[in-house]
Amino acid sequence: MKHPELAAEFVRNGPRAHWHDQALWFVRARRDRAVQQVPEWEWLRETASRIKAHTFANLAGYLEQFEAQATRLGAHVHWARDAAEHNQIVLGILQRHGVRRLVKSKSMLTEECHLNPFLERHGVEVIDTDLGERIVQLAGEPPSHIVLPAIHKTKEDVGALFHEHLHTEKGASDPKYLAEAARRHLRDKFLAAEAGLTGVNFAVAETGGFVVCTNEGNADLGVSLPKLHIACMGIEKLIPRARDLGVFLRLLGRSATGQPITAYSSHFHGPRPEGELHIVLVDNGRSDLLGREEFRRSLNCIRCGACMNTCPVYRRSGGYSYGATVPGPIGSILSPARDPANYASLPYASSLCGSCTDVCPVKIDLHHQLLAWRRELAHRGELPWSKRFAMKAASVVLRSVTLYRFAGAVARWLVPKLPRFLVYNRFNAWGRQRELPPFPPKSFRQLYRERHGKQG
Amino acid sequence: MASRDDILRAVRTHRPPPADLPDVGGQGITYLDRPRQFAELLEAVGGRCVFAADLAEVNRVLAALPQYATAKKIVSLVHGAGAANVDLNRIEDPHELEDVDFAIVHGRFSVAENGAVWVTDEGVRHRAVLFLVQHLALVIPAGAILDNMHQAYERLSFAGPGFGVFISGPSKTADIEQSLVIGAHGPRSLTVFCLGDVGQDTAPSGYAPRTSTSTGST
Amino acid sequence: MANTFTVRSPLRATSPGSKPPRVGLFIPCYVDQLYPQVGMATVEILEACGAAVEFPEAQTCCGQPMANTGCTEEARPLAEKFLRVFAPYDYVVAPSGSCVAMVRVHYEEYLHGHPGFEALKRKTFELCEFLTDVLQVQGIAGRFPHRVGLHQSCHGLRELRLGKSSELVGAPFSKVQPLLEMLDGIRLTTPARPDECCGFGGTFAVNEEAVSCMMGQDRVADHEQAGTEVLTANDMSCLMHLEGLIRRDRRPVRVMHVAEILAGHPV
Repeated sequence: MKHPELAAEFVRNGPRAHWHDQALWFVRARRDRAVQQVPEWEWLRETASRIKAHTFANLAGYLEQFEAQATRLGAHVHWARDAAEHNQIVLGILQRHGVRRLVKSKSMLTEECHLNPFLERHGVEVIDTDLGERIVQLAGEPPSHIVLPAIHKTKEDVGALFHEHLHTEKGASDPKYLAEAARRHLRDKFLAAEAGLTGVNFAVAETGGFVVCTNEGNADLGVSLPKLHIACMGIEKLIPRARDLGVFLRLLGRSATGQPITAYSSHFHGPRPEGELHIVLVDNGRSDLLGREEFRRSLNCIRCGACMNTCPVYRRSGGYSYGATVPGPIGSILSPARDPANYASLPYASSLCGSCTDVCPVKIDLHHQLLAWRRELAHRGELPWSKRFAMKAASVVLRSVTLYRFAGAVARWLVPKLPRFLVYNRFNAWGRQRELPPFPPKSFRQLYRERHGKQG
Repeated sequence: MASRDDILRAVRTHRPPPADLPDVGGQGITYLDRPRQFAELLEAVGGRCVFAADLAEVNRVLAALPQYATAKKIVSLVHGAGAANVDLNRIEDPHELEDVDFAIVHGRFSVAENGAVWVTDEGVRHRAVLFLVQHLALVIPAGAILDNMHQAYERLSFAGPGFGVFISGPSKTADIEQSLVIGAHGPRSLTVFCLGDVGQDTAPSGYAPRTSTSTGST
Repeated sequence: MANTFTVRSPLRATSPGSKPPRVGLFIPCYVDQLYPQVGMATVEILEACGAAVEFPEAQTCCGQPMANTGCTEEARPLAEKFLRVFAPYDYVVAPSGSCVAMVRVHYEEYLHGHPGFEALKRKTFELCEFLTDVLQVQGIAGRFPHRVGLHQSCHGLRELRLGKSSELVGAPFSKVQPLLEMLDGIRLTTPARPDECCGFGGTFAVNEEAVSCMMGQDRVADHEQAGTEVLTANDMSCLMHLEGLIRRDRRPVRVMHVAEILAGHPV
């Protein structure tokens, strides 16, 4: 099913849809309060955007620098062209160390590569340790939001899930009680883990280090106990200098959840003493996007989720209606790049209001890229026949003043005469919940001519 | 290596037009009363800030903290703070830290704009002590409070291997219906002792690369 | 019974003997056919400001529906036609933020490099920005003793920057609100969400009908709780969608375009 159908289903449950909308609007509101505390906020956004533009214009050099520095510090650096290669590399590392129990902190890249099912097929138990991710993992669902993976679940939903899997009391839904149960459950997993896998929020070319940001401390717990740390990153996560982190860390927390910074911003330079660190650099279509002027800026994305929180469509349709690893505005740009045919409805799941663009901490021109995708999809013939025909017909009429005036006059003469059942029926999507506009007897140009005489 | 070459070649082929790297120095919000801003921010994110003139005061405050008073196993890497009964340096395997109730560790400096403290693993044999223990206390020089993150990175250099983390408050989550719960997987509480005279700027610059695996507590 | 306007920078001839600047009226196709009173209000306002207004009859549509669907080849001829039709004018003024945004922001795709295009971008204005920035209206003699809710149409707000959007950090400003506030007796209401989209979005209104209507119903409900009697906006497209919902749900809120209010039309 495409977005319109899935969204309609979501909207049908009115109370649930309003609850979801309000929950995410609160996050947007918290973001607003946080950013208003930073007078130089727009300077931060502009600077971050420029740092990314410079990095991408010199990406090969920075990747080489990062690899050299990271290697000098004692890390092993791997390169993966695509998702399959990434998964094989990770599996290979785990197998060489005899790892059967892996703990994993949040990484949208590993979601994109479908790493979990791959590892599980090969006999590795993978525990997602971010609480929201663990909730959806237990539920057998994908995350519905990149920062708040279980935002679509009520506390009663979580209570029922934990009763089943963690043996909490039936009917218990107090968040503190449930979080405590999850803490104990995950603590056992951390202590039993044989390796930890993390994503990378930012990788620094100058120093060969990288930063992982969490509120729960789950990434750190996952890699400070077992000796093996695997860090997976898209090649676009690179920034040139350590001091650039000052810009990005000031933007990330505030944009994502309205906090001035996450509870933990961990800077890893080389492996732990007696430990081993593997960094996997992944392309998987990113170098292609780099070459596309219209879409390249989508690589700026720092995965904060602010665009989702502000999107009036996402809030009222939920992450699952996009059917993609990353939903919302940024997902509607990244997914068609990967698979235009399957994701052709996503760039149209938007009123192009532009709120996402104004909220994006790294100034991705999201709503313009959505429009650019529509052009791309139309050129590739991914539009349904009915839409193409309607637009062609409209264009023909509008190119001729005579035809246009005639069509308008006919509509204004005819429609008011039609019985209601002919106007409002299943062929009239506009009319399902709305009245048609009134059809006046005279058009503006007729009234104007009457008043002013013929002109231009 | 084929993949490496392919990726670098693809990245070079699709190279965007040139763009300058902007300067990020000398920017950022500053505060008239940095200690107060830091304390307010830390409290806002669920932590506790205590200004203590000396270690004696630190110990008095600790004794009155319920989570310290009831702690059975205590690690302290701050010489003279707390009554430690677990010696981190004697522990081979960080898993053994799982039942540590309270840990006291040095912080290097803090940042007023976000209530964060920069903590490194210098002198810390197992970094797990920062995350696995039930309650954490950090001790920083009271004069080492910076305005913002740009100033922080002006102080930091990452010349060699090591670990550093900005810790801002206790661990937390809002993943269950957006309800904030303090004490997610990491420590349930964070107490930051700002020790000594607020007036002097004693924030050190950088941290020394680790030269050996065994470390002594300071 | 039109309102009178006090204008600081009326359009005058630049040298003796030459003609005063000509203002070409750009009336969106759906306003022309379905909401002629909005076009008339626009004419009344501009004439009350002393502008020499003409309506080039060869105009039809700016091409936004085609462009927004991605059908560039269907939009291109309409963009070229627009450039030709409005070439003779010194200013092009429209009571629509989205149509003007089409010209100033999105015509780049079709008209880049065409002679006269840069001039077209510079001279095309939405009505309120024309009144604020070019004519510099200082006062309007007129009464509108009602509680008015200003819906901030997205394209006008975020493409033309007719006001500060709530997402950005900076000094608040608006090119629309001060004009409304010049009217005697008017009280502007404050909805909970100051600039959330109404859900029209062009073909979105039909393609994603469920979400579109929920968005619109939420806007109406927000304005109702804020005490709005008359809902207004710079874009009749937003109002067409909101009014459709209001009338189907039999809500008491009335709907008027900003031009109608400023011109002194009754509710």
